[in-house]
Amino acid sequence: MKYSVFSLLKNSLSGHKNWTPAWRTPEPKKQYDIIIVGGGGHGLATAYYLAKEHGLKNIAVLEKNYIGSGNVGRNTTIIRSNYMLLGNNPFYEWSMKLWENLEQDFNFNAMVSQRGVLNLCHTDAQRDAFARRGNAMRIDGVDAELLDAHAVREMYPFFDYDNARFPIKGGLLQRRGGTVRHDAVAWGYARGADLRGVDILQGCELTGIKTESGRVVSVQTNKGEIKCGKLALCAAGHSSEVAAMAGLKLPIESHVLQAFVSEGLKPYIDGVVTFGAGHFYVSQSDKGGLVFGGDIDGYNSYAQRGNLPMVEHVIEAGVAMIPSLSRVRALRSWGGVMDMSMDGSPIIDKTSVHGLYLNAGWCYGGFKATPASGWCYAHLIAKDEPHKFATAYRLDRFRTGHMLDEKGQGATPNLH
Amino acid sequence: MLIPCPHCGSRPVEEFTFLGDAAPTRPETLEDPGWHAYVYERGNPRGAFDEFAHHSGGCRAWLVVSRDTKTHEVFGAVIARNYARKKKL
Repeated sequence: MKYSVFSLLKNSLSGHKNWTPAWRTPEPKKQYDIIIVGGGGHGLATAYYLAKEHGLKNIAVLEKNYIGSGNVGRNTTIIRSNYMLLGNNPFYEWSMKLWENLEQDFNFNAMVSQRGVLNLCHTDAQRDAFARRGNAMRIDGVDAELLDAHAVREMYPFFDYDNARFPIKGGLLQRRGGTVRHDAVAWGYARGADLRGVDILQGCELTGIKTESGRVVSVQTNKGEIKCGKLALCAAGHSSEVAAMAGLKLPIESHVLQAFVSEGLKPYIDGVVTFGAGHFYVSQSDKGGLVFGGDIDGYNSYAQRGNLPMVEHVIEAGVAMIPSLSRVRALRSWGGVMDMSMDGSPIIDKTSVHGLYLNAGWCYGGFKATPASGWCYAHLIAKDEPHKFATAYRLDRFRTGHMLDEKGQGATPNLH
Repeated sequence: MLIPCPHCGSRPVEEFTFLGDAAPTRPETLEDPGWHAYVYERGNPRGAFDEFAHHSGGCRAWLVVSRDTKTHEVFGAVIARNYARKKKL
């Protein structure tokens, strides 16, 4: 059923009792041409674009839990394309363009809200770095504005501008950045893929990968063996585990990142703001809660929960930026498992096993990349060659020396 | 998480800085083809895990902490040099 004002009117007349489920619950077939492992945002987007843009049928998405139960439902919903490196920026800008048309494209309300993403700077050196990044963005056709302290104060009068240690000197603003309702992204892609014949297999966990003479032939799952032509891994924080089933060792560590939401408040912060002196970012959800987060905890973890010292650290950074936050009560905190790569950039590539593809290493920036990641991964799987916007995301770049390190931290996953 | 530092006793996690997996072995020569694996490839286990931790907010000793990455249960901590010696034997 196409969602529209007419379908809404029609269903309201029958008391909303005749809505059909947004996607089916099929039993696994014996064989699929393409199996995608991971029913998160990226996996579902890949299935959607494989079906829609490449006209492929006979595709399955395996999800061990329910779709949207992983990081696509745990992030802080921010979208932006304010990167600097040439290998990154065209990719993230393509993602932004896909976000801008996403709801019309998959006929689902994802609440895409281009409310602006503002990065604050606190020193002259940081402002110079922002000017450089803003220029790099504009060269790539992305919008960027360098604001002085006065312009930032006009937008957000309640920040701590004259802090003795970290005065706010200005900021880099991307007006086209913003937020998206993250669950709706998973649901919209799932529905769009399902409508085009993709089987979404929830509660179906990958337990093994079978290869014959260097080629993937089938997967073992808790619902039995399923044959496949191509196997596309898209398992975020659990990428190392699923890749190990095919004998691969990845340049990835899994770390926990926490996020938080406050009690509901009246309209307070209408954009997304990041603190430049510590790692803190905040926006306000449509329900009124402040959604905020900070750094990863810093140690390897698959626990999907963090420790209290990082909770304290994030809230300290928040109060340093916005003193009035000290009066706000935090409502919930949660954690997600991040696939932290060795250079802070993702991998979308073929592997040494024939028919096995890898999409991983998104660190804690995967949500904004969801549409372009799915788009480029689908292209790679369908055509066996990298998409032009994802040519830098090679698995062998650590061997060849073509790392894509926005922060310049080197091979230290917990510092990216 | 509380970490039992061999010098300082049970100390909270915020006193420690983590460097990551203690399993990779540093190659002996420059020509060794194992450098790529040593620098970039990680086992990244879900479960028992040995990792380098610097007691940066305490005695500043380098330790190897044994921990479960699934539950955050800490099994113990030894001085990194002793861990390396034991690994060589």
